Amino acid sequence: MAKAKKTAVKAASKTATKKDNFGGLNSKVVIQMLDLMIKSRVLEERLIKIYRAGESFFWIGGPGEEAWGVPLGMLARVGKGLDFDFMHLHYRCAPTVLAMGVSMLDSIRLMTNRATDPSTGGRNFSNHYAFPDMNIAPVTSPLEVQYPIACGTAHAQKRHGKKSISVVTGGDAGTAEAEFASALILSSRKGKELPVLITVQNNKWGISTHYDGQHGENEIADRARGFNIKSRVINGNDPIETYLAIEEDMAYIRKTGKPAFIEAHVSRLYGHSSASGANQEKNEVDPVKDFEKRVTKSGLLKESDVKAIWEKYEDEGIKALEQARTEPVPTADSIWDNTYVGSENADWRKF
Amino acid sequence: MANMAQAVRMALHYAETNYDLKDVFGQDVGAPLGGVFTATQGVKTAWNSTLDERGIIGMAMGIAMTGDRCVAEIQFADYIFNTIDLLKIAGNTLWCSNGNFPLPMTVMTPVGAGIRGSVYHSHSFDAWASRLAGWKVVMPSNPLDAYGLLLSCILDPNPCMFLKPKALMRVRGEELIPGEPADEKELKAMIDAPIGDRSKWKPKWPKLEEYLVPFGKGKITRSGDQITVVSYGRHLLLCNDVADLLKTEGYSAEVIDLRSIYPYDWQMIKTSIQKTGRVLFVNEDTEVTNFGEHLAYRATTELFFELMAPPRVLAGKAVPGIGLYPSLEDASVPQKHEIETLIRSICAEVP
Repeated sequence: MAKAKKTAVKAASKTATKKDNFGGLNSKVVIQMLDLMIKSRVLEERLIKIYRAGESFFWIGGPGEEAWGVPLGMLARVGKGLDFDFMHLHYRCAPTVLAMGVSMLDSIRLMTNRATDPSTGGRNFSNHYAFPDMNIAPVTSPLEVQYPIACGTAHAQKRHGKKSISVVTGGDAGTAEAEFASALILSSRKGKELPVLITVQNNKWGISTHYDGQHGENEIADRARGFNIKSRVINGNDPIETYLAIEEDMAYIRKTGKPAFIEAHVSRLYGHSSASGANQEKNEVDPVKDFEKRVTKSGLLKESDVKAIWEKYEDEGIKALEQARTEPVPTADSIWDNTYVGSENADWRKF
Repeated sequence: MANMAQAVRMALHYAETNYDLKDVFGQDVGAPLGGVFTATQGVKTAWNSTLDERGIIGMAMGIAMTGDRCVAEIQFADYIFNTIDLLKIAGNTLWCSNGNFPLPMTVMTPVGAGIRGSVYHSHSFDAWASRLAGWKVVMPSNPLDAYGLLLSCILDPNPCMFLKPKALMRVRGEELIPGEPADEKELKAMIDAPIGDRSKWKPKWPKLEEYLVPFGKGKITRSGDQITVVSYGRHLLLCNDVADLLKTEGYSAEVIDLRSIYPYDWQMIKTSIQKTGRVLFVNEDTEVTNFGEHLAYRATTELFFELMAPPRVLAGKAVPGIGLYPSLEDASVPQKHEIETLIRSICAEVP
């Protein structure tokens, strides 16, 4: 692990090759991005293994969204409260939360429903994060409810006046839900625009229903254009294009207080969830492998450096699982906890 | 004496002045209308939302997520049903997030029949609301309690549902709100907006004082020892009237204004039933899986051997809606003569 770190630091000091300048991004950023993308992939594959080994009840996650999610997490203004960005993420958000600083251990605690799981205390599915210290709002299973909620945090942020923004992510199929339209309307009212980055990760699937079976619009981004929201469609499998687009749109939102919209085309590499087998899709673009090739081809890292990164995170994932296994599971008598703040009694038998 | 609309208005003013209430919003809640029942007229933080109930509730959740306090209004409870999953999520957000994301938000909505409101301005919501775990649910029967319950809702760190019995919005109370001028004409001149152009009108608020009605605390409005009658909202007043009427014939009914539907004052109900041995629960929500049924179940199972007669529930008929023509509405929700007949009948029963 120590060797890999040294290698990465040494490589980071190099400049990008003339062949590929990675959109002008600093090579340190490029390498950090690849590092986090690999970390996220290793974590998700570990979570799937945990499910297959019978150590968890269900897996759902985001392998295939690394090139989108990692830059998003890297660019977020991370912290607690109105000075910082609020993140309203969907359940394919592991790349984003890892890039924001969430540990593999906490993700595995959630996956294995430990009482020590800081997000849900063992109550919810994998990748349903909630981290108040990073303004990572609770991830919900119902789709798209996070969109108007993001408008609420953006409303409070605008009043606060510190240029923080709200970010919301969700899938293409979920855009059929009413809340998606609610967010477009709420964020774009004339003179009352909200500082919110509205995004859709278009993987072309809603469980088993293909995009073509649900959408009549040419692009989902067209719907945002109808509300005069600055909108674009990007290749979300390219982390450089993604990074530059998010960076520009976040700057626009912070400057104007107005919303922006990004439709990112991404892959869904392991299907919808464990319910659909969680098997690797061979016909989808693998953004991690593609970026890995690009980085090694540029000379920023050698293949051996990249291999060391994979090994580093494989090791971290195994150790995290071993740690989580030693930790307690929720007790039956905890079901009433946190129904109300301070666990004030909510059990009618005790009224 | 203030009416209930004025009481709500004064509570909102008190809260925005003293509790840092930052947003009061919903359809037509802001100027110029100030709410369809004028309950938000002149409130400084009131603003008009889009015509979108899901957007309103989602926005409220987001505002609350930042720690800012808000009161969101759904114009009539009949239109709250399309927000039910957001209400459910608001209720489970703290529980799902390991106690990390409290939502200090209040939703207020007019409920019930009694104004010839037809199919979509007559719904009740108390039974539905009682199933929203994680929420506190209240329903006042008079302006002073409306003031005190709404302030408790706004101060509470949990999601709170303030159900406004719409038929009582113009009904005056018997007790002054602390700080309210004794002369109702004086109050009207101070805080009721003029008819016509209101663009330059500003309310002159009385020097109001804090008055809190705690959650889970009922109030005995008529003392008696022959039968316990438990109600809330509009029907509480009908129960009082019937108790007064029957008192002239020698009946002795103890009437309890539950005020707080969840949590509820079981100790008050229990103590009263132990004294009277008979109980009738009255409300106007539909009768199948009615909240009164829960209370009747509890009375039966916990107090069976102390009962002189089976507990009864008098509630709205399980029909799809309230028909507009008076004969239809009157046949659908409990009427005074039905309460009277049932009390007489229960009191006549012996084991």
